[in-house]
Amino acid sequence: MLLNIKELNKTFGDLHVLKDINLSVGKNEFVAILGPSGSGKSTLFQLIGGNQTPNQGEILLNGESINGKTGFISYMPQQSSLFPWRTVLENVVLAAELNGKPDYEEAKLWLEKVGLAEFANSYPIELSGGMKQRVSFIRALLSKQNLLCLDEPFSALDEFTRLKMQKWLLSVWEENRKSILFITHSIEEALFLADRIYILSKRPAQVKAEIKVPFSRPRDESLLETNEFFLLKQQIFQFIREELSE
Amino acid sequence: MRKVWIRGGKSVLFLLFLFILWEALVRITETPMWLLPAPSDVIKEAVIGFDTFSVHILSTVYLAILGLVIGCSVGLLIAIILYRLPKVNELLYPLLILSQNIPTIVLAPLLIIWFGFGMMPKLMIISLVCFFPIVVASMDGFRQTAPELKHYMQMVGASRNQIFWKLEFPHSLPSIFSGLKIAATYSVMGAVISEWLGAKKGVGVYMTLAQSSFRIDRVFVAIFFVMLLSIVLFGMIRAIEKVVVKGRNEGA
Ligand SMILES: Nc1ncnc2c1ncn2[C@@H]1O[C@H](COP(=O)(O)OP(=O)(O)OP(=O)(O)O)[C@@H](O)[C@H]1O
Ligand SMILES: [Mg+2]
Repeated sequence: MLLNIKELNKTFGDLHVLKDINLSVGKNEFVAILGPSGSGKSTLFQLIGGNQTPNQGEILLNGESINGKTGFISYMPQQSSLFPWRTVLENVVLAAELNGKPDYEEAKLWLEKVGLAEFANSYPIELSGGMKQRVSFIRALLSKQNLLCLDEPFSALDEFTRLKMQKWLLSVWEENRKSILFITHSIEEALFLADRIYILSKRPAQVKAEIKVPFSRPRDESLLETNEFFLLKQQIFQFIREELSE
Repeated sequence: MRKVWIRGGKSVLFLLFLFILWEALVRITETPMWLLPAPSDVIKEAVIGFDTFSVHILSTVYLAILGLVIGCSVGLLIAIILYRLPKVNELLYPLLILSQNIPTIVLAPLLIIWFGFGMMPKLMIISLVCFFPIVVASMDGFRQTAPELKHYMQMVGASRNQIFWKLEFPHSLPSIFSGLKIAATYSVMGAVISEWLGAKKGVGVYMTLAQSSFRIDRVFVAIFFVMLLSIVLFGMIRAIEKVVVKGRNEGA
C-alpha cells in the first residue's frame, strides 16, 4: 500500500470533523472519496498534505509517518489556482519548481499531448474553465510525488465539460498511472473513474462503506448506460439516503 | 487602449479650453503682468529664458529621479522586512506612521543643519516623502494575496520563502506600482521643497529668485515645469508597469 491512514481523528475546537478514519490507497490505484458537503473531505486532504496535524491517528506513506509533514503529495484544488502572471508553461512547472529545476521539455511534451501546445505561452486569463483544469492537472502530474490528491477538480465545470474532462482524465491516467485520491460529490463521477470508493458519513465523518468498482479499463461513456453501473449507483445511493434520513 | 486615448484627448481639450479662458480673461480685464501673466506670456518667457532655466531643470530632474529611486528601494525593502518579520512590524509600523506626521518643511532645516547643503539632505527629504506610499502599498499588496493560491502553495509543501518570492511578491506588483505612481509625484514636490531651503541650482531656486523679483511669469514657468515633470515620471512608471505586470485584467 502506498498510503495508509489509521484511526485518524481531527477536531477544530469543539467541532469533531473526522472520526476514526481508516483508508488506504494502493500503488497505481484510483480511489474516490464520496461524502456530503461539509463532512470533512478537504480537511482529510489538509491532514495528508501536512497543513494540519491530526489529533489522533497515523498517516503512513510507504510505511513512514507523514503526520504534519508537507511536500509529499501532488495536489489539484477545486479552483484551478493558476498564477495569473505566469504563462501556461510556467504554470505547469510550478509545483516541480519547488523541489529543484523543472524539466521544461517534459512539460512541453505533456502540453502537446493534451492539446494545449499552442497555449504554452498564453496567460491563464485567456483560457476556458476546462482548459484551466487541464493545466492544473498537468501541473500536479509534473511534480514528482507518487500520490495525486484531487479535491473536487471538476465540480466548478458545467455538465458537458465535466464529462469531457472525466474522459480526458481517464485517458491521461491510462498513460501515467500515478496513485490517485479523488474527492467528489457525484456518485456517477466516482463510479466512472475509480477502482474503489469510500463513502463518508456526515460530520463527524466516518467511513460508512467501502465499495469495489468491478468495471474493467479502459472505460468509456457507454459504461454509464449499462445495467451494472445503474445497480451499483442505486446501492451507493442507499447509503447516502441513510445519511439524509438520520 | 483606444478608450484611454479618447479620454486623454478629452482632458487635453478641456485643459486647452481653460487656457484660452485664462488668456481671454487676463486680456479683457487688463490684469497687469506682475499680478497674473497670460499663458502666452508664460510660454514666451519659457522660450526666451530657456538657456538660463535649463541648468535648473537638469539639476531638479536628476535630484527627483535619484531621490525617487532611493526612496522606493528603501520603501520596498522596509515593506518586505516588516511583512516577513511580524515582530519587527509591531514595533516599527506605528513609528513609520508617526514619521509621516512630521511636516517636511520642519524637518528640512534640521537635515540641512546636520548634513550641510550638499546632495545628502536633499535626497533624504525626497526619500522621506517617497518611501511611505511604497511601504503602505506593498504591505497591502502582500497581505491581499489570493487565499486559494496561498492554500495551494501550502498544500504542495512550499516553504515560507518560496511562498513569498513565487507568490506574494509577484502577486502584489500591481499594488506596488500604484504606490510608485504616487511616490513619483511626491518626489518632484520633495525635490522643489528641498531646493527652496538651500541650493545653488534647481527649479526651487529659480522659483525663489523669480518670486523675490516679482517675475510672476517665471514662477508660472516653474509651476508648469513641475507639473510636466510629474506627468512624465508618472507616464514612465505606467510604461514600465505595462511591461512588468502580465496576465492581469486590462485597466485593473
Ligand atoms: N481551519 C479550520 N478551522 C476551523 N474549522 C474548520 C477548518 N477547516 C475546516 N473547518 C470545518 O470543518 C468542517 C469540514 O470542512 P471541509 O472543508 O473539510 O468539508 P468538505 O467535506 O470538504 O466540504 P465541501 O464538500 O463543501 O468542500 C466544516 O464545518 C468547516 O467549517
Ligand atoms: Mg472541500
